[in-house]
Amino acid sequence: MAIIALHQVSKRYPGGFEALKAVSFSVEPGEMLFLTGHSGAGKTTLLKLIAAIERANGGTVLVNGQNVSSMRASAIPYLRRNLGLVFQGQKLLYDRSVFENVMLPLVVTGQPYREAARRARAALDKVGLLAREKANPVTLSGGEQQRLCVARAVVNRPAVLLADEPTASLDAAYADEIMEMFIAFNQVGVTVLVATHDQQLIGKYHKRVLALDHGRLQ
Amino acid sequence: MRVWLQHHRLSLAQTTARLAKSPFATTLNVLAIGVALALPFGVYCLLANLETLSRKVSVDPELTIFLAKDAPKADIAAVESRLKGSRGIRSVRFVSREAALAELGRAGGLQEVIASLPQNPLPDAFVVTLSSSDPVLAERLEIEFKSLPKVAYVQADSAWVRRLDALLRLGRTGVALLAVLLGVALVAVTFNTIRLQILTQRDEIELCRLIGATPAYIRRPFFYLGSMLGLLGGLAAIGIVVGGFAYLNRDLATLVQLYGADFQLGFPTPREVGTVLGAAAALGWVGAYLSVSRHLREPGRR
Repeated sequence: MAIIALHQVSKRYPGGFEALKAVSFSVEPGEMLFLTGHSGAGKTTLLKLIAAIERANGGTVLVNGQNVSSMRASAIPYLRRNLGLVFQGQKLLYDRSVFENVMLPLVVTGQPYREAARRARAALDKVGLLAREKANPVTLSGGEQQRLCVARAVVNRPAVLLADEPTASLDAAYADEIMEMFIAFNQVGVTVLVATHDQQLIGKYHKRVLALDHGRLQ
Repeated sequence: MRVWLQHHRLSLAQTTARLAKSPFATTLNVLAIGVALALPFGVYCLLANLETLSRKVSVDPELTIFLAKDAPKADIAAVESRLKGSRGIRSVRFVSREAALAELGRAGGLQEVIASLPQNPLPDAFVVTLSSSDPVLAERLEIEFKSLPKVAYVQADSAWVRRLDALLRLGRTGVALLAVLLGVALVAVTFNTIRLQILTQRDEIELCRLIGATPAYIRRPFFYLGSMLGLLGGLAAIGIVVGGFAYLNRDLATLVQLYGADFQLGFPTPREVGTVLGAAAALGWVGAYLSVSRHLREPGRR
């Protein structure tokens, strides 16, 4: 069964702007794919619908067999615990250390402290930031901050990783680094959906590509 | 259950840390709440003291029954037996007109004036001590005694106690009104404080939602913050009242000594202290609840 399945999904924002028009596709568990399109094509909206940050106006959005667009508000937190989100402008908290930033998803879901700390360090190790665990995120470089976001997204061992322009503000070397991490997560079974407008990056990896154009899937 | 407890412990720790992080703002907030609470609580304690004082004074309410000056001995005896037969009476004392005159001369230093009088102007009288300070009883007996033959006048010397009682009741109503008003002020103060706190933590709240925090998890620290502000404010109020009373007692001691009496302001009882703290924490919680339900709605799910 598909882990993500959209059927005839449309999204209209207040004011009449139609961000998505009759979008249908499905993603198999363990798949990795790119979502591409010009800026404003609806990539971010699509990811927001999957994570229940926005609600679709029409069609069905199924995640793990659950219809997200008709989901009760009280069920949404539990849906999100199964998703790792690396979103544009997703803030790190600068009033606490790198380690505590990665701990947050585990604290929120009530993991026992010792186990949570072990997993947070493992996640930091995977993105190469273990040595900086006590640092404040402000002192990290742009690439390191993005890696920290990735660590925070995967620390809960989600089944699905959604990334929105994860390499947008990074130079090519850092961008490759981030992509290699996603590939590695995908290889251990995580479903990865990366939205990016960087055609060069997409060309490097031979993965399925969904192209959006003015809210329609090509 | 374990997760739930862990979350509560964490919220409490976070709230304490947050309050400690901005000690100046916290102190001002707590003081604002403290002063607002100290006002009604202080007046309430003062009234409670006055009440004790009035009770001490009016232990033995008395009625004085003045007889007509021409009352013969037989009628006096009849009145006396009626008085003694009434219910709600502890003792009856007869004061003859001669005895009254002698006492007046002794107490007032008016011997010369009395000596110059052609005849004794005072009537015979009975002083009746009632068995309880119930104002209804005093009133009933007053009416009953007035209708006895040869009784000229009945004077209830508990009248001023009743007046004080009425005044105290008025005062208590005033305190209740004041408490309601300032309780509303407390709710408003916490409401606003929590609103500011929600605004400062907007990023963190937004992030917590995205990583699967339940609404309860997000709200909890703010409830703690509201209750804690209320509780600290309540403590401040008690500090203000106790400190104020201790200070007043020093001056009062001198004053009371001059009157040859023995009186001190009593401090609030543990029960009263508990009530104030409980009410303050509850009102803080209400303020937080209102603020959270107004400012923590999940955006985007239209």
